[in-house]
Amino acid sequence: MREVAVVSFAQHMARREDTRNEVEILLPVIREALEPTGLSSQDMGFTVSGSSDYLAGQAFAFVSALDAVGPWPPISESHVEMDGAFALYEAWVRLQHGDIDTALVYAFGKSSPGDVGRVLSLQLEPYVLGPLWPDAVSLAALQARALLESGKATDKDLARVVARSRRQALTNPHAQLSGSVEEAALLDEPLYADPLRVHDCPPITDGAAVLVLAAGDRARDLCERPVWITGIDHRIDIQSPGSRDLTVSPSTTLAGQQAGATADVDIAELHAPFSPQELILIDALGLDETRTTINPSGGALASNPVMVAGLVRIGEAATRLAKGEGQTAIAHATSGPLLQQNLVCALAAQR
Amino acid sequence: MTDAITEIITPIRLEYRYTPGTASSRFLRKMKEGKLVGRRCPSCAKVYVPPRGGCPMCGVEFGEEVEVKSTGTVVTFAIVNVNFANRVVDLPYVSAEVAFDGSDTTTMVLLKGVGADEARMGMRVTAHWLPESEWDYTLANIDYVEPIDEPDADYDTYKELV
Amino acid sequence: MTSQEVLSAPHVMEFGYTRSTGPVVGAFLTGLRDKKVLGAKDSQGRVVVPPPEYDASTAAPIDASQLVEVGQEGTVTTWSWSPVPRAGNPFDRPFAWALVQLDGADTALLHALDAPREAITTGMRVRIRWAEQTVGFINDIACFEVVL
Repeated sequence: MREVAVVSFAQHMARREDTRNEVEILLPVIREALEPTGLSSQDMGFTVSGSSDYLAGQAFAFVSALDAVGPWPPISESHVEMDGAFALYEAWVRLQHGDIDTALVYAFGKSSPGDVGRVLSLQLEPYVLGPLWPDAVSLAALQARALLESGKATDKDLARVVARSRRQALTNPHAQLSGSVEEAALLDEPLYADPLRVHDCPPITDGAAVLVLAAGDRARDLCERPVWITGIDHRIDIQSPGSRDLTVSPSTTLAGQQAGATADVDIAELHAPFSPQELILIDALGLDETRTTINPSGGALASNPVMVAGLVRIGEAATRLAKGEGQTAIAHATSGPLLQQNLVCALAAQR
Repeated sequence: MTDAITEIITPIRLEYRYTPGTASSRFLRKMKEGKLVGRRCPSCAKVYVPPRGGCPMCGVEFGEEVEVKSTGTVVTFAIVNVNFANRVVDLPYVSAEVAFDGSDTTTMVLLKGVGADEARMGMRVTAHWLPESEWDYTLANIDYVEPIDEPDADYDTYKELV
Repeated sequence: MTSQEVLSAPHVMEFGYTRSTGPVVGAFLTGLRDKKVLGAKDSQGRVVVPPPEYDASTAAPIDASQLVEVGQEGTVTTWSWSPVPRAGNPFDRPFAWALVQLDGADTALLHALDAPREAITTGMRVRIRWAEQTVGFINDIACFEVVL
């Protein structure tokens, strides 16, 4: 396998981008990501992005954001109707071919224009699930109850996850929700989507993220401290919610094994938009919370730009390793309801 | 016993509050004032009408605003014999891509005032605006373009836009 | 530019998709029209409801003519409360979603449960309430109701 590294990352989050359209939001983030490399988007061997037309509700909304890349002369480009983390996986695969050395990966999405919980219903099986329009929160709540009633977690564990997210997000300038909150105070809050409370659910976030990958010596040329992707894999569980055990995530476990990710890592950025999901993922990856810092960025509970949050996990983990906050990390991204699809990316900083 | 089910209809309906962004908003506000404006790319100097967010060729934010004339050139056109849903126009009609003077992009407008068989690439035209009382935040304030009494533009002057 | 200067407008995206069902989904929906719930016996001997088109373990195609009928009553395996109903939901007021394992099935089906929040427990017995008119759609099951 060719060695591929993250050499640059930039992101922008906002509670609601009322004024700018997706191209206007992306332009400065692409510039910020490219600047430290000294390269232009034209220099990239491959460009790939993640988003969804349904967030904007406009045909070709996703692909028209290519304006922000300046694709002239014509570029080699691809996109996935998924979180940008999966676009990164495609870029990694493309770089394995050996004929190009760099790739630009970006993700963007405005959740605020529509009802994002309902938009995500479009990901569901279209014959017997979709027509009932179960929203993302209701589905996550089913998983939450299954977890709580299995005895694997309690209300207090959920509150602990949320309190940790808020506290760690205090040092993340991109976090939407942060603060010092007492777990007891969280438990005093009323139930919202029984058994979930409002704070167990992600905020609505508009945002964009851009990441540059480079292979081999090129990565060493482009930045001081490349963060190497030592393994990456993506697995999918059965889609029917009633046909699997919602308290475990076998696809995450398998993806982690295939990616060669071990639990002996300094940092784990886990894409868990709902608090119970963080516990399920920690368990699936066999992580030890006393050994590994979980979601130092605050995670998706702090800021959840749909279609971007997974790529941000990879970017956050890589940025922290590059700064010397650790030597190894796991970054995880999910897609679909109830942790249906999972990608695990194992990272190691250049020594 | 009736036939087995082989097909179902699953209606999808989503509602949004859409914003076109700052560049398009400004363009539409200017249209309501009866002005056609474009934005210039600071890198390649092209003027885009209407502007969407950044120069799609250079990938940079737009610079100055440029007011563009109501006269222009037909760069290419299509003779349409079928009505689209929601659009009722006498058939056949001519859908023209018009480069308004000062713009480096074309805009799709209805061409009237000539028979469909008389439409030509290079034809010089002018915009016929709706009455001022009907102006709204829309490019449709320009109802159609019609020929003006000028010789056709040389192909070289608009070939980049075809 | 401020939010006041930026324009916005309501926008509706709507389409009435016509979907071919294929033999397995078609058989399942035909069953619903006839007020029956059908499942598929998989390679592991489990009865899967709703029936999948391919076996999850072997990837072998499921034979639509070999589907088996399961009961009209079952057990709640998990549930949640939906505080904000949305267009298309089985109810237009707050309601419960439930995964219900019908008698004879080894997996659960998702639908709405018509019961007050305080009364719902995992493990409770519920039964299908059929719609007045059944046409071959998931809403032929109007919802689940509590077996008293």
